[in-house]
Amino acid sequence: MRPDDRRYMDSHEWVKPQGELMVIGITDFAVKELCSGNEGDLVYCDLPEIGRMVKAGQTFGEIESVKAVADLNSPVTGEVVEINKEIEDHLEILSEDPWNKGWLIKVRVESKDIAHLMDATAYEQHIAADH
Amino acid sequence: MQATTLHDAHVALGAKMIDFAGWRMPVQYGPILDEVNTVRQRTGLFDLSHMGRLQVTGPDAVRFLDRVVTSFVAKIPEGAIRYGLVCREDGNPLDDLLVYKTGPEEVFIVANASNKDTVLEWFREHTGDFAVELEDQTQALAMVALQGQGSQAALQPLVQGLDLGTVGYYKFGFATVAGLPNVRVSRTGYTGEDGFEVYLPDGDVVRVWDELLRVGKPQGLAPIGLGARDTLRLEAGMPLYGHEIDLTHNPVEAGLGFGLSFKEEKGDWIGRAALERVKANPTRALVGLVTDGKRAPREGYTLFHGDEEVGRVCSGAVSPTLGKNIGSGYLPVALAAELKGSGGTIDMDLRGKRQACHVVDLPFYSRTRK
Repeated sequence: MRPDDRRYMDSHEWVKPQGELMVIGITDFAVKELCSGNEGDLVYCDLPEIGRMVKAGQTFGEIESVKAVADLNSPVTGEVVEINKEIEDHLEILSEDPWNKGWLIKVRVESKDIAHLMDATAYEQHIAADH
Repeated sequence: MQATTLHDAHVALGAKMIDFAGWRMPVQYGPILDEVNTVRQRTGLFDLSHMGRLQVTGPDAVRFLDRVVTSFVAKIPEGAIRYGLVCREDGNPLDDLLVYKTGPEEVFIVANASNKDTVLEWFREHTGDFAVELEDQTQALAMVALQGQGSQAALQPLVQGLDLGTVGYYKFGFATVAGLPNVRVSRTGYTGEDGFEVYLPDGDVVRVWDELLRVGKPQGLAPIGLGARDTLRLEAGMPLYGHEIDLTHNPVEAGLGFGLSFKEEKGDWIGRAALERVKANPTRALVGLVTDGKRAPREGYTLFHGDEEVGRVCSGAVSPTLGKNIGSGYLPVALAAELKGSGGTIDMDLRGKRQACHVVDLPFYSRTRK
């Protein structure tokens, strides 16, 4: 079972409230799909500049493996106030700990309402139905 | 969706299976970059049973093929292999092939999995009065490849009646392999390394695969997926149908002139006139792209010279051999020559961001240049 302290998108991003901010990352499933369980196959993660506005459902970056490029989609609308600089040089963090150390960006949001997104149970079902 | 007879063996080895040209195939068993390095530094084993294999026989087999294939089949010595293409009248290819001259009335063809049925149908449409028979041996034969410097040492213990050291590059012979008589073994491949391709009865392939992995252990023989194969062939500057060549990209502009014979003795062949015109006046050239930037070129990325859109990326890869990101693409002939000469760059577009790429000759890697 994946963490139930956050919500999920069907494109495999998660979002978790942290004080006034929302933390965004990608799920273990997304990482596995990208690199087939071989963390060495992840080659690049393109994160936005601090200060950039992101919109719910829109792309805020890209993550690249040896064979594929995937969009990173924002679950929320707001301003990027922090990015995880560690990720760029240490993509292995994403496979080691996608839930905590592997966060990607923090966003100051207009609305903290994420109830419309999937909870952990729904996300598990989404993955099971897809594969 | 078809599966090769080795499907379960791949799964047991931990392969990630993908759909490729109508087949379930192993894309990787471990990290792709490690698999590329294994082939460059040691030896890799590939299941290529999805590839199309056709037997062309009869008194007119050679004359027929000289009409529908771009290479000069009559001039291929027995026991030798040539690269060629099957083109339409407009010079655009339906597929590229390896042509094995087995005898005066027998030629063996290896086609791409995705195009085998197209090639077979095209051949059938053009047999006309030629006394020729076509047989699809794709199901009856399995195909495996050993690639890398340990290939000969890994394969020889299973081979009887043929000293692999006597089989030259792009030559083949028949031998007893793992007890199976009359197995076709060729010194060919799609990686830029020394190696062999072996065509054996499909029902025996699982046993032979296992024996190869066991016997090849001292050479570090390891299974390699199609992901690494794609990177290896791009590093070696080899085209892949659907990327560098297709129905809008002809072999002349792709730099595949070595696979085309314009000799008068070959006679007229389908696509010849069109390709002679392209040869006299090419507009595009296939070039290599090398970038120091973090992003790898990817198929479809737009290429800009200043503000002008000048081409698109055909293939791209992270190249562990070069330690850089590489790709291929077409540029206008004059621009390609200018940038290769000056060391100048073009930009690939990454959603509005630009990343500079050097324009170079293919291949990126050649083992003879080590």
